[in-house]
Amino acid sequence: MTYDIIVLGSGPAGLAAAVAARGRDKSVLVIGNRWQDSPLAKAERVDNYLGLPGRTGAEMLEAFYQHAAEMGVEFVVGKAISLMAWNGFMVTVGSQVYEGKALILAPGVVRQAKYPGEEEYLGRGVSYCATCDGMLYRGKQVIVVGRSSDAPHEANYLQRLGAHVTYVSPQPPQGLDEGIPFVKAGKLAVKGEQAVTGLEADGVLIPCDGVFVLRQTVAPTDLLPTLETEAGYIKVDRRMATNVEGVFAAGDCTGTPLQVSKAVGEGHVAALSACEYLDQKPEQ
Amino acid sequence: MLVHFSKEGFDKALNDGKLMMVDFWADWCGPCKMLGPVIDDLANQYEGKAIVGKVNVDEEQELAIRYGVMSIPTVIFFKDGKEIERKVGVMPGGAFTQVLDSNL
Repeated sequence: MTYDIIVLGSGPAGLAAAVAARGRDKSVLVIGNRWQDSPLAKAERVDNYLGLPGRTGAEMLEAFYQHAAEMGVEFVVGKAISLMAWNGFMVTVGSQVYEGKALILAPGVVRQAKYPGEEEYLGRGVSYCATCDGMLYRGKQVIVVGRSSDAPHEANYLQRLGAHVTYVSPQPPQGLDEGIPFVKAGKLAVKGEQAVTGLEADGVLIPCDGVFVLRQTVAPTDLLPTLETEAGYIKVDRRMATNVEGVFAAGDCTGTPLQVSKAVGEGHVAALSACEYLDQKPEQ
Repeated sequence: MLVHFSKEGFDKALNDGKLMMVDFWADWCGPCKMLGPVIDDLANQYEGKAIVGKVNVDEEQELAIRYGVMSIPTVIFFKDGKEIERKVGVMPGGAFTQVLDSNL
């Protein structure tokens, strides 16, 4: 089915947008990580949310999520790995494709810069999608750079496909298969010639044929290269509209202050603007 | 018309030296499915001007290996039997038409 609105991001901005759009009777799909993986879930105490001080971030997120679920919002847990504007919007999560008529970006801020060599070797050994490219690495040495909570799961998947996996991350992973070696490292660089030949991890070169870089989110500008930004934040107007037709943005991704109340307010506005966009669009 | 290349068909087309745009894909790959309609459309749009085709990397592993395709979708452009450009990942149609138009 084609949703009226696809929301990328399951934090306060995304959930507020989803609730507001359901209030206008639009069908809404939220694609995002589990709310437990939101940076807000780690906040011990939030005291500046109007009328409801003293709650933990996790309590707030759970209440937001419940509200959205009760309003009939649909959820897909996962990471949007690619996006295409084509008669509306298509979003890929793993091997699934979802379609929507309007798009709201609420992915939060991507706090991780790219590694040296990462962009240069994209498609020549660097990959962001185990489901897509795993089969091309059967029998080969691959490194999974684990920067997301589902990365161990993806590493296990690659290993079962027949790749020889090494897992590299700054923290010990949870749920990694016992047969997969773990290397603790934070400073990384992709090395290669025509294609990837290795990953330098804290100064030590690990030879490999492929590097899967698995982050919590794919940056919106990687999903939508024509998206305009300013000082690293998505550029929006008062309606939370971006420069791309039918695409709105809300929350931390549009700039400071990185606060729940600001995210919720923007999510609400973005959703109403998206509804207005849909209502004015001629039926195809 | 969109061409689904086998290795033999591909090599024959390559030897003809015409401008070619080839999408390396597989059906387990979500982004590839997304790109599908764009490739179909370009095949019609460039009918008679360029050859637009697809290679299923599952069925034609040799071609994927020959061209070092390590991430799909990868779209490779050929002219006079040689690779002239490649685009990795999902892109808007304009990214492909730009390459085609400047090599017609």
